[in-house]
Amino acid sequence: MPILDHLWIILALPLAGAAINGLLGKRWPQTAINTVAVGSVSLTFVAVAELVREFWQFSGPLPYVNNYFTWIIAGPFRVNSELQVDQLTVVMLCVVSFVGMLIHVYSTGYMAHEDGYYRFFCYLNLFMFFMLTLVLGANLIVMFVGWEGVGLCSYLLIGFYYLRKSAADAGKKAFIVTRIGDFGFTVGVLLAFWTFNSVNFSDIFHQLSTMPAEGATQVGVLTAIALLLFTGAIGKSAQLPLYVWLPDAMEGPTPVSALIHAATMVTAGVYMVSRMNPLFSRAPLAMLVVAIVGAVTALYSATIGLVQTDIKKVLAYSTVSQLGYMFLACGVGSYAAGIFHLMTHAFFKGLLFLAAGSVIHAMGGEQNMMKMGGLRKQIPVTYWTMFIGTLTIAGIPGFAGFFSKDEILEAAKSGPNANIWLWLMGIVGAGLTSFYMFRLVFLTFFGTPRYDEHHVHVHESPKSMTVPLIFLAFLSIFGGWFAAPKLVGGIDHFSKFLDPVFSAYPVPGAQAVAAEPAASGSLELLHALTGWPVIVAVLGLLLAWWMYIKSPETPKRLAKSVHGLYLLLLNKYYVDELYAAVIVRPLLWMSTHVLWHVVDEELIDGALHGAARTAQASGGELRKLQSGNARSYATWVVIGAVSFTVLLLGLWMAR
Amino acid sequence: MTAVPISYYLVLSAILFGLGVVAVVFKRNIITIFISIELMLNAVNLAFVTFARAHNQLDGLVFVFFVIVVAAAEAAVGLAIVISLVQNRESLNIERVNLLKF
Repeated sequence: MPILDHLWIILALPLAGAAINGLLGKRWPQTAINTVAVGSVSLTFVAVAELVREFWQFSGPLPYVNNYFTWIIAGPFRVNSELQVDQLTVVMLCVVSFVGMLIHVYSTGYMAHEDGYYRFFCYLNLFMFFMLTLVLGANLIVMFVGWEGVGLCSYLLIGFYYLRKSAADAGKKAFIVTRIGDFGFTVGVLLAFWTFNSVNFSDIFHQLSTMPAEGATQVGVLTAIALLLFTGAIGKSAQLPLYVWLPDAMEGPTPVSALIHAATMVTAGVYMVSRMNPLFSRAPLAMLVVAIVGAVTALYSATIGLVQTDIKKVLAYSTVSQLGYMFLACGVGSYAAGIFHLMTHAFFKGLLFLAAGSVIHAMGGEQNMMKMGGLRKQIPVTYWTMFIGTLTIAGIPGFAGFFSKDEILEAAKSGPNANIWLWLMGIVGAGLTSFYMFRLVFLTFFGTPRYDEHHVHVHESPKSMTVPLIFLAFLSIFGGWFAAPKLVGGIDHFSKFLDPVFSAYPVPGAQAVAAEPAASGSLELLHALTGWPVIVAVLGLLLAWWMYIKSPETPKRLAKSVHGLYLLLLNKYYVDELYAAVIVRPLLWMSTHVLWHVVDEELIDGALHGAARTAQASGGELRKLQSGNARSYATWVVIGAVSFTVLLLGLWMAR
Repeated sequence: MTAVPISYYLVLSAILFGLGVVAVVFKRNIITIFISIELMLNAVNLAFVTFARAHNQLDGLVFVFFVIVVAAAEAAVGLAIVISLVQNRESLNIERVNLLKF
């Protein structure tokens, strides 16, 4: 089993690509850089495909662990450099490598006219390496390496146009805000080690398997670890209250937004929560927090998405919202639904971002939807793929997003930790999602052109960009059909596949959750097709159609009549301003007036200058001893010899 | 015949050494200073041979030979320096040799 026993190959390929392009690519032509970058990621995908084949034939105990060497030993603290594969890893590997490969191909077209071409692909390959490390890691520390590594690549790629101040600032913001969450994550890892005396997933889960669940209102050590780890997820996956970096991250090139800030990196938090499911399942309070944060974020950022005019900003808030759904799923105990939505979201949000990039490319860099319109005829491939993506995210039956979102809402309504309020928030959020996504499509592709037709030459993107779009559109349609048999009384193949991961360490005393759905297939189907998720999705569609096609003056009138609310949403609830006032400005003041002017200039510089001045002054006095008079030197020698002798005599006599 | 006590030799050595020191510090003539240094070396030599005899060991005598050799070398180098100084300054006054200072 060549790959299963040599998992490092999957990591080595993109790392080698990054190293080659980064070190040698500066003077290479674009075709050479393309070959290395796309080639390495394609080979990674081939390796993953081979891994899947081997995994299928493998029947031994899971997870399958590759241990390479002992990385850290410090007393009882022992970290191995080890990778593991189980069903969850396989799903993540497929998503990351396939979407990653498509986005690499897309980037060769999108970035063709940009400076720093080799640098872009070096970072992108490096990102793939760290993301794969994150999902393959068999202990919290290796996972953390990937976790921080993707954060680094995110920073580098958001600030790719580093000459533009807004891009550089957005990069810093992303890095610093996620760092707040990562601090919690680090403390969580330490607490986990303190509790379990190991950072290895299998060891931790093994010890957990005998532990009962903590009480619903009790903050025991398991709840504390879970909450601290979830803090990391809040930062990395842009949940309330640390989501503010993700919309700003749209300063990066669009393929980056698609790969890192929609499809893969931001879902790392969901992956981590699912990976740690034996822990979270024993911490009901932490689960409730996860579910509430997810549901509130899903609803909250959907409302902001309603009024944004920047095409990428809408998608950014949509991403935050969809990540909220994934956490909602995990929080109500349906990890499989969360991972399912993670996968379909990677397909359709990757698609939507890439299509948006194609639109921006066609418009020559314009991102404001108010200056688009009527693009349907000029860029048909982009239009159709984006329309499919929109149908998917809105949850129109038959498309991938329908299945995954339906599962989440179903779990919120009737799952093990169901809560009707969370479900309600999810439903309202789903309606808003449908509305803002169709608003985006209608504003961009329908109606009359609102741009200067003499100056903007709208053109369809090259093949390298449209082919990935078509692939992703295909997956957005069919990617959810693993779960389709459930609707006619069959089984959900996706949850069944992942089930070993999520039910390997059941909580003692709790009854197992039936993975099998209720029978009566046709009723299920009817129920699903006429359920609330579908109703709100269609309502959202109709409302968007009415407001942006039927009577386009309505939005303006509405904005006027509820002006306060409109401004509140347009300015994103003034959260950035609030953070600036409450955290950033006091910090800046403190840094400038205390740390800079007092601590740095007075204390540190003062100590340094003081030492220098002392040396200088004493030297100035001492140099007068060197008078040039040889007899005075002789005198000094005598005085030295005499005093030394006296000292020795004194010591000798005192003895 | 009673042996001369060891303290006599040591006191003489100390006196000679002290004279040398005083001369080095207070005299201005380079040749005089030079001779005073020789005096100090020989005072030390005296102390060495005294102890060598008192303890009946050869180590002190060995050191004396080293000191004599070093003194000879020092005399050669030192007199060469004195000659070049006299050529440059046309004086034996050490006060005139004071350029090497801050």
